[in-house]
Amino acid sequence: MNWLAALGVRSLAVLYRWGHAAIFFITLLRAVPASLRRIGPVITQIHAIGNRSLLIILASGLAVGFVLALQMYYALVTYGAVESLGLIVNLSLVRELGPVVTALLFAGRAGTSLTAEIGLMKAGEQIAAMELMAIDPRVRVLAPRFIGGIVSLPLLTILFSAIGILGAWVVAVGLIGVDAGNFWSIQQNGVDVWRDLGNGVVKSAVFGVICTAVALYQGYETEATPEGVAYATTRTVVISSLAVLGMDFILTAMMFSTP
Amino acid sequence: MAKKGVEVMVGLFVLLGLVGLVFIALKAANLSSFSSGDTYTVMARFDNIGGLKSRAPVRSAGVLVGRVTSISLDPKTFQGVVKLAIERSFQFPKDSSAKILTSGLLGDQYVGLEAGYEEDVLAPGGTIKQTQSAVVLENLIGQFLFNKAADSGSSAGQGEKK
Repeated sequence: MNWLAALGVRSLAVLYRWGHAAIFFITLLRAVPASLRRIGPVITQIHAIGNRSLLIILASGLAVGFVLALQMYYALVTYGAVESLGLIVNLSLVRELGPVVTALLFAGRAGTSLTAEIGLMKAGEQIAAMELMAIDPRVRVLAPRFIGGIVSLPLLTILFSAIGILGAWVVAVGLIGVDAGNFWSIQQNGVDVWRDLGNGVVKSAVFGVICTAVALYQGYETEATPEGVAYATTRTVVISSLAVLGMDFILTAMMFSTP
Repeated sequence: MAKKGVEVMVGLFVLLGLVGLVFIALKAANLSSFSSGDTYTVMARFDNIGGLKSRAPVRSAGVLVGRVTSISLDPKTFQGVVKLAIERSFQFPKDSSAKILTSGLLGDQYVGLEAGYEEDVLAPGGTIKQTQSAVVLENLIGQFLFNKAADSGSSAGQGEKK
C-alpha cells in the first residue's frame, strides 16, 4: 500500500505548488499599482527585458518571413495560387507564429534572465535584506519586472510580425517576382484589423503575463544555491513554453472558431 | 529615476512597436477601407444567404460601396434579414435588386447591388424588395440529377412505345 501513500503525497505536493503559485500571482498583481508610482524601475526593466530582446526577435522575424515565403511559394505554385503568397504569410504570422514564436523566444531570453536575476538576489539574501528594511520586495523588485514583461511582449510580437511580412515581401516581390501591387492589396482585402491583428495582440498580452509570471515565480521560489538557480531557469523555459502552447490552442479555439 | 539614455531607448522601442502596428494595420490589413463614418443602413431579405458573413463587401458593378453589418433570421417569415451599410455618396433607386454572388470560383460571398430605374432613392432604414438568394450547391446538383432522370425516363418511355 506504500504506492498509494506515495501517490497521495505527490498529488498533494502538486496541489500545494499550484496553490502557492496562484497566491504568488495574486500578491504580484496587488503590488502593481504601488510600483507604478515610481516609474523609474519600470522603465529600466522595460529596457532590460524589451530593448535587449530586440535583436533576437527582429532577426528571427526576418528569417521566419523569408522561410515562410519560400516554403509557401513551393506549395502554392502547384495550384497556380502564387498571388496569395502575401496573404498566407501575413495570416500565419499575425494570427499564430508571431505571438507564439515571440513568446517562446522571450521565455528563452528574457524569462531565463529574470529567473536567474531574482534567484541570485534570493541566494545573495538581497530579498531578505529588503524585507528587513520594510521594503516590500514585490513592489520594488518583482512588479516592475512584471509590468516590463507585459508591456514588452506585445510590442515585440508586433515587430516580429511586421518584419516577417517585410521579409516575405523581399522574397516574394524581389526574388520570386510576385506582383508588388497584388502582394499588398490581397493582404489588405483578406486580413481584418480587429479579428486577426487584434486577436494576435491579445494573445501576445496573455503570453506576456504567463511568461513573466512563471519566470518571476521560479526565480522567487528557487533554492538559494547555484544548482537551484540553474534548475529554476530550465523550469522557467519548459513551463513557459508548455503554458504558451496550451493557451495558444485554447485562445485560437475561442477566437477563430466561428466567423 | 532611470538614466536618461535608458529612457530614450525605451521610448524608441515603444515608438518602433507602434510604428510596426500602424504599418501592419494600414498596409497589410483592411484599416484603410472606410470604417463607420458616412454610411446609411438598408435591409434586404433573402431566402438563403448561403455563406455570407458579417463585414462582407457590398459591390455595385464590382466596385465596393458598403459592408454587411448584421445577419439575422426573421422569426415570422423565416427569411434571412441582412443589414447593409452603404456609403452616403451612393444613392440607389428604390427598385434596386440585391444578389448574393461569389467572387471568383471558390471565393468569399458578397452582396451585389444592381441599380433599378425608379426616380426615388432608398431611404435610410429602407428595404430592398428584389433579392436573389445564394446558389446552394446541393440544390443545384439535385436539380441536375432530377433533370437527368426526367430525360432518361422520357426517352425510355418513347423507346417502349415503339
